[in-house]
Amino acid sequence: MSGELAGTAGLVRLALRRDRVLIPAWVALFVAMSGFSASATVGLYPDQASRIEAANTINSTASVVALYGPIYDPSSLGALSITKMTAMYAAFMSILMVMLVVRHSRAEEETGRLELVGAGVVGRAAPLVAALLVVGGASCVLGLLSGVALMAAGLPVAGSLIFGAGWAATGLCFAAVAAVAAQLAGGGRAANGIGFTVIALAYLARAIGDLAEAGPGWLSWLSPIGWNQQVRAYAGDRWSVLLLPLAATAVLVPVAFALRGRRDLGSGLMPDRPGPGAGRLGSPLGLAWRLQRPLLIAWTSGSVVLAFMMGSIAHNVAGLLDSPAVAKFVRQLGGAQGLTDAFLAAELGLMGTIIAAYGISAITRLRTEESAGRAEAVLAAATPRLRWVASHALIALAGVAWLLLVAGLATGLGHGLAVGDPGQVLRITVAALARIPAAWLMVALVFAVWGLWPRATAFGWGAYAVFIVIGEFGQLWGLPRWAMDTSPFARSPVLPGPEADLSGLVWLTAIAAGLLACGSAAFRRRDLAG
Amino acid sequence: MDAPPDNPAAVIDVVGLVKHFGRTRVLNELSLSVAAGEVHGFLGPNGAGKTTTLRILLGLLRSDGGSIRLLGGDPWRDAVDLHRRLAYVPGDVALWPTLTGGEVIDLLGRLRGGLDPHRRAALIERFELDPTMKGRAYSKGNRQKVALVAALASDVELLLLDEPTSGLDPLMEAQFREYIKEVRGDGRTVLLSSHILAEVEALCDRVSIIRDGAVVESGTLTQLRHLSRTTISADLTTVPAGLADLPGVHDLVTEGQRITASVETGGMAGLMAALGAGGVTALTSAPPTLEELFLRHYQKTRP
Repeated sequence: MSGELAGTAGLVRLALRRDRVLIPAWVALFVAMSGFSASATVGLYPDQASRIEAANTINSTASVVALYGPIYDPSSLGALSITKMTAMYAAFMSILMVMLVVRHSRAEEETGRLELVGAGVVGRAAPLVAALLVVGGASCVLGLLSGVALMAAGLPVAGSLIFGAGWAATGLCFAAVAAVAAQLAGGGRAANGIGFTVIALAYLARAIGDLAEAGPGWLSWLSPIGWNQQVRAYAGDRWSVLLLPLAATAVLVPVAFALRGRRDLGSGLMPDRPGPGAGRLGSPLGLAWRLQRPLLIAWTSGSVVLAFMMGSIAHNVAGLLDSPAVAKFVRQLGGAQGLTDAFLAAELGLMGTIIAAYGISAITRLRTEESAGRAEAVLAAATPRLRWVASHALIALAGVAWLLLVAGLATGLGHGLAVGDPGQVLRITVAALARIPAAWLMVALVFAVWGLWPRATAFGWGAYAVFIVIGEFGQLWGLPRWAMDTSPFARSPVLPGPEADLSGLVWLTAIAAGLLACGSAAFRRRDLAG
Repeated sequence: MDAPPDNPAAVIDVVGLVKHFGRTRVLNELSLSVAAGEVHGFLGPNGAGKTTTLRILLGLLRSDGGSIRLLGGDPWRDAVDLHRRLAYVPGDVALWPTLTGGEVIDLLGRLRGGLDPHRRAALIERFELDPTMKGRAYSKGNRQKVALVAALASDVELLLLDEPTSGLDPLMEAQFREYIKEVRGDGRTVLLSSHILAEVEALCDRVSIIRDGAVVESGTLTQLRHLSRTTISADLTTVPAGLADLPGVHDLVTEGQRITASVETGGMAGLMAALGAGGVTALTSAPPTLEELFLRHYQKTRP
């Protein structure tokens, strides 16, 4: 058995060396979000009465419960502080952990680097063990430091510790999920896809479970993200619930190693089937579409489900119109007038922000193709540079528009069915389309970075993360208006709503066009970069 | 552009090409001329700048100085038009993991303006390639075959090949050589970057040797051999004094009655006369091999 693990220490050092910026930066981001949110909440709700009112408002608002989960003890300052963190940010953190495990196990096989390493004195199990040790360690450090940050903000010690332990256990659990996904999938991309799908399902299961008064509440108990909520930090501190994610980890990790033993390096459990010996592909756009199609299909189905769900619960807020606290909370979410409309607008804004992530992953395909040397093959044939660039950019931009269109239709359909008004479909679809230019600007920004500094393309995700944090926490932290306005997502008109300012659309589209032109011009002038 | 190219008839005419990567100067006034219809060997140690030169010829990288004509055009400005008339095999072939080999061959062929289906079929048979496998399932040699079939199946004037046989087994290598001979017979031009000297000796009409980003020798193999030294060893009755001082004589070793030395072509007559005076009892002469020629140039890279 010791032979299976030979070289693990060296691989752990290699992984830490490769991620010496990435992991600390992400850990710091989550720790800072915890600390800032807690201290901002302390400042925002100084007395018991205001906290109880805010918490009750959240608990009685279905859409907010679906998004963030309920607050289990309305009188607890800590429970209010971590509203957004037990479910939504646990999901974001889990995405990070899945990506890290795949990056250090499956993706390494694909590039052939693991073959180089595996030929040394390295046991068969060592790469996966090393990946799990690194990611498990990152989860624990992230959880512990977040707990410390919450304590530093003045929250109770026990609750802060169990909150941190909950994040750490959730991270471990999804790292184990990713380890299994890495064995099942045919490659790194597909492994990430499986991992993200499990996270999305876990999030959705707990959203439905949390909403149900007397219905399928048990659904929350099937979800690792639900477990993280059921730990109930600052609202009972149920340490025993932590056994669930730890037990799941203890089951999944041996499964991953058993699967690993049944497959060869570089191949999935399913052998590759032969394909056609001749092809009909004959243009850069055809190629780009072939490469990008699976991603867009996955996003389309995910967006439709999420948007339909959001649309069908939006009308629940209408019953709460008389509470002034709801109105205040809604305005904070970015709404203007009409509570249902405000919720729909906030939800469509969220969809726009999420769908921008599709645009970024689609446009960064340019970088992947370039660094893998496959762009060279296309450009060494008689393909004009702009035509190759345009093929992927077109799919990223049209894909974003398509996803917002179907998301708008699904939201409108969900809402229209719930309130029995088919006219909602068109109104809400138009409102969703108004979110397109902001997402385009995000895509164009990443495109321009790629054109100018190809090796810095990944920083586009960093800019995206910053815009999300500004949007989610800016108001809570009391950021100045101009800082909030740097995010393109803050510039979209708030639709549906009566007093939407449409001038933002023109500016967003114009800036996006400018960035696209800038990126194209830069790429036409530069070398292909490996 | 700087000076006008001195040889307008050449398919490739590069004069004084300069390329920097950051502060590193990878091409240092490189000049290269390839005539129409010839198979030109492009040789040099790793990191000498062969691939960089090819990528500049393809317009994938931009030159920082010098003049370049490729098929009468500017490889950066006229890239698309020129690429219809040439095909390229990269040294490190990257395929799309989800596309089959056959799909890649057809895609690259169509992007270049079409390929000859008969030639495609013949090449696939010749190289024993399975075109139904997915890109991620191919071995290095098979990826190389996909790129070779895609390049060779199209009817182009110029082939740019960057170590095209790396990863191929000897049988496939022989098939490749046969095919290049046929290509030469058709009057097409080939620029072949290679490390395999036997391949270059068998295929190339002319050779350019690149070192530290500049071409240090260029000519036919016969011309280059003349630049090289012949190894002479002789058993003598008496070893004449002053052999080492003769012009063109190098690396003289004397062991009793036996001497060995390497001699430049021009110093041969003088050495023979001196040895004759010493009473030769046995004489062996080893002609310069291409390998020695290259080793001599490659080793100069060391300080």
